[in-house]
Amino acid sequence: MSLVEVDQLSHFYPGKQALNEVSFRIEQGRFHALLGPNGAGKTTLFSLISRLFKVQQGDIRVNGHSLKNAPSALLAEIGMVFQQSTLDMDLSVEQNLDYHGCLHGMSGKLRKQRIEEELRRVDMLDARKQKVRALNGGHRRRVEIARALVHQPSLLLLDEATVGLDPQTRAGLNQHVRSLCEEQGVTVLWSTHLIEEIHPHDPVTLMHQGCVQANASAEQVCQQAGTDTLVDAFALLTASKSGQGAKP
Amino acid sequence: MTPANYLIAFNGVLKREALRFVHQRTRFFSSMVRPLLWLVVFAAGFRAALGISIIEPYDTYITYEVYIAPGLISMILLFNAMQSSLSMVYDREMGSMRILLMSPLPRWYLLLSKLAASTIVAIPQVYAFLAIAWWFDVQPPWVGFLWALPAVILTGVMLGAIGLFISSFIRQLENFAGVMNFVIFPMFFMSSALYPLWKMQESSEWLYWLCSVNPFTFGVELIRFALYGKLNGEALAVVSGCLVLFTTLAVLVFNPERGAIGKAPGGKGKP
Repeated sequence: MSLVEVDQLSHFYPGKQALNEVSFRIEQGRFHALLGPNGAGKTTLFSLISRLFKVQQGDIRVNGHSLKNAPSALLAEIGMVFQQSTLDMDLSVEQNLDYHGCLHGMSGKLRKQRIEEELRRVDMLDARKQKVRALNGGHRRRVEIARALVHQPSLLLLDEATVGLDPQTRAGLNQHVRSLCEEQGVTVLWSTHLIEEIHPHDPVTLMHQGCVQANASAEQVCQQAGTDTLVDAFALLTASKSGQGAKP
Repeated sequence: MTPANYLIAFNGVLKREALRFVHQRTRFFSSMVRPLLWLVVFAAGFRAALGISIIEPYDTYITYEVYIAPGLISMILLFNAMQSSLSMVYDREMGSMRILLMSPLPRWYLLLSKLAASTIVAIPQVYAFLAIAWWFDVQPPWVGFLWALPAVILTGVMLGAIGLFISSFIRQLENFAGVMNFVIFPMFFMSSALYPLWKMQESSEWLYWLCSVNPFTFGVELIRFALYGKLNGEALAVVSGCLVLFTTLAVLVFNPERGAIGKAPGGKGKP
């Protein structure tokens, strides 16, 4: 069953088309990778799903809620971790999560309970009184994941969430998010240009220059491209024109 | 979403604004130092040069300190409003504005909550200033302290809405510093904050006209009258009208995409 349906989505910046009729679906409870080089349109797509940008053409549905017709219901279904940290550095970990819970209209009792649960899950409960400024990059990312899940969304969006982290922390974060799919049934859309973060059975949407180049499991993408590895398939499918390419 | 959800969200925004203010202690001191310098130093130097005749709402001759006190209260509100707008540009650039906008509540409500919260944070600053000004013989009737509150809130939200409207056109933080100079100082000096408008009219008719259409002038006058338990109906109407107009405009033109596009190479590309 599809939780997310992206349907014929196009988006234009002044003088440039960022997305060109992008369509794909995400199955419920799956870890779905959105792969593409820098400039492929991943962040634009995320900004549209999260209603930060206004949809110009096409539509997005999450759990049946259309972004055009029921944006509030759709936003209630989404938790998001942005590429750049959006934590308030001067506030404590707990205050950051509490602010997020308030914005989703959660009662004080529920906020307290959910904040504790999510911080425990990311092993940051002991740091809840600490200012975010005092945390390292990996811990901040964990806090952002906890915050995104406070209101119990059905879809978790992570926009290049491992950028700037060391390999060990990246792997740990990737593993943690996968465990959320398996244990909590959360659906994840994981945007990345790092191929090592994608497993062979993961469903993948490969984007390049605003277009979907492939939409299948990582293994099938390789088969379709006639390559042995996803690195080669990626290089082949994103070879045209510019683009920085993926990092293996 | 129920009304309770809306209230919880507003409380969250207010709490965050208050926490940020508490954490930025220097902001409180600078917000106090600025008007106090004007009250203690500037007013002392000018009280001899600038005679004030009996004008509404005062019943007798007043000192220059008494005259400029409402203007300095408005100055606190003006700086606070612009600082709040500045923080919106900063939040938009740093991305934390996205957390606010991803709330399932309507965008207009979220922006209004932010405006109202930043004004509420300014209220203690205003009353702290009034408390200190008391020692410099700025002693309005006690009822004035109560009447001033709605006037301060109205003026504060109106100035916040003007700031939000302006900040909607700012792509990057650096550009906002220039706008501050083109907004704060003209608004403050071309108003009745430091001198009655008839004084301005004696010097320049066109400057007088500019001062007369400056919304800040009406904010100052609304607070001036309220401090003496009186209502300036014209000022109330203009401030209320400007509040509605600029809030509507600010919500209509608010576009987080603008900041994102500004960050793209050449200002036109992918964020």
